[in-house]
Amino acid sequence: MALIRDIATVCKSKNAGPFELTIDVVFDSAGMFRRVKATGVLSAALFARLYNVPEAHVLFTPYDAAYAFKATLPRLVPAGDFGDTDVYGCQQHAPLLDVDLPI
Amino acid sequence: MSQPPRRGREMRLLSTSAILGYGFPEASLRAGLDRGPHVIGVDGGSVDPGPHYLGIGKPFCSPIAISRDLRLMLNAAVRHGIPLLIGTSGGAGGAPHLALVAGMAREIARQDGLHFRMALIQAEQDKDSIRRRVAAGRVKPLARQPVLTDETIDRASRIVGMMGTEPFMAALDAGAQVVLAGRASDPAPWAAAAIHAGLPPAPAWYAGKMLECGATPSIPKGHDSLLVTVREDHVECEPMNPARRCTPLSIANHSLHENSSPVHHIEPGGMLDTSECRFEAVSDRAVRISGMRWIPAAQYTAKLEGVERAGYRSICVCGTRDPLLIGRIDDFIATVRQEVAAKAEAFGAPPDSYRFGIRVYGRDGVMATREPVRDATPHELGFVLEVVSRDSQEMASAVLGMARTNMLHTDFPGRLCREGNMAFPFSPSDIEVGPVYRFSIYHVMELDDLLEPFPIQYESL
Repeated sequence: MALIRDIATVCKSKNAGPFELTIDVVFDSAGMFRRVKATGVLSAALFARLYNVPEAHVLFTPYDAAYAFKATLPRLVPAGDFGDTDVYGCQQHAPLLDVDLPI
Repeated sequence: MSQPPRRGREMRLLSTSAILGYGFPEASLRAGLDRGPHVIGVDGGSVDPGPHYLGIGKPFCSPIAISRDLRLMLNAAVRHGIPLLIGTSGGAGGAPHLALVAGMAREIARQDGLHFRMALIQAEQDKDSIRRRVAAGRVKPLARQPVLTDETIDRASRIVGMMGTEPFMAALDAGAQVVLAGRASDPAPWAAAAIHAGLPPAPAWYAGKMLECGATPSIPKGHDSLLVTVREDHVECEPMNPARRCTPLSIANHSLHENSSPVHHIEPGGMLDTSECRFEAVSDRAVRISGMRWIPAAQYTAKLEGVERAGYRSICVCGTRDPLLIGRIDDFIATVRQEVAAKAEAFGAPPDSYRFGIRVYGRDGVMATREPVRDATPHELGFVLEVVSRDSQEMASAVLGMARTNMLHTDFPGRLCREGNMAFPFSPSDIEVGPVYRFSIYHVMELDDLLEPFPIQYESL
């Protein structure tokens, strides 16, 4: 088992426009990327659960060329609306860090 | 002004920084100029700092910082006889934002004795034109937004369209050396320069994707200069500061930036497909990317961004170090809310006329209801009290003042700190933030005439 925080080289979030949040996890080698991908843990279902959104609202894309996984989902509140806590959306990645991967 | 040389059909594009006003070392600019760039530029803004700047008509970087960067870039462009391209001028790319940067350019030209032909490309949209496009069924929502209505258009404080490459190419065709544009797709000025020089759209748009954030695709990441060489079927990225380098991983990481898909990048007029991209180191600090494809869209579309005023905000920052209060913070906040509601109503602010928020840092100030950690016991908690009044700044401050007083003095069971519950770091404690805006329009408009929404004015300095 391995935590994402211990094996990823990038784990980050950011706005993708004012209404969506995009979260990236990047690994440093094709080998590690393939091992992680093979577990199937990183998926639309995982992001739906961690961010409490319907799975149908998660666009999940592995990007083999960059050894990366990307998930894009609705923001909790549109950027800058009343109640928004993170206008740039760049501090919403933490729940990913402790995901445990069976590798 | 010299035409770009076509030797080996190569174009070198120099981006000074991530945003005009973020700054860059002068040594990086000099190193970039030593490489003989055909174009120099920088992205002028972003939607990321939120709706306020588009609404209020001001930049999110200080005019002092913008002017410093602009002066160095104008001097470089004029002395080297190359075009200077800036998109999304003034941060949000509306008419006042573009006017601010254009005014700076005129002032710098006068002070430094620079002469050039300047194009100003407007991106602010008048409401009648948007109403006509809606009536013609040519405006579609993005990101699950509602269908655009006349009421939403009427309420909007400002609406901008996001231009693609075509207005930039028109300005270059007309002989402009300095092109300042309103709201533009971030890569568009760069893509326009490369396409204008005869290179294919796929590497041209990919180059723009890299250049739009300056040296951000390098490590260590920083606001600094990046040179991208565009050729027929690939691009090469290299940071100009010797302290930084591009690696296949740093480039791959940046290719994920601020986009909903890592492989399909929707742009005005088409889609950049990066699914087959290859990243190869060509030196220990430069990377070649190949395999990108450009898929032209069946229908040309340009994005619309609009904001409306949501009220006026006042805020106050405070904190507690009292474990007895921290142990019952939810009940305490509920009591404060009741007190504030009653007293605000008594001076003429009914509950539906304002919104009162208490942000609790140390608990869920960053992730709100998405925060998974619910059992931590912090030794201190920070609070940002906020009131957004529908009616006026004065009323926002009146309700906030009542909120601050009640956070300070409201009693709670077991209270020992009977002189006050909150530590305030500042006097005055309350801050008037000004008008609050919200994004109300995030749509695309279908276009046949790609220049019509983006009129260009020329002037000689």
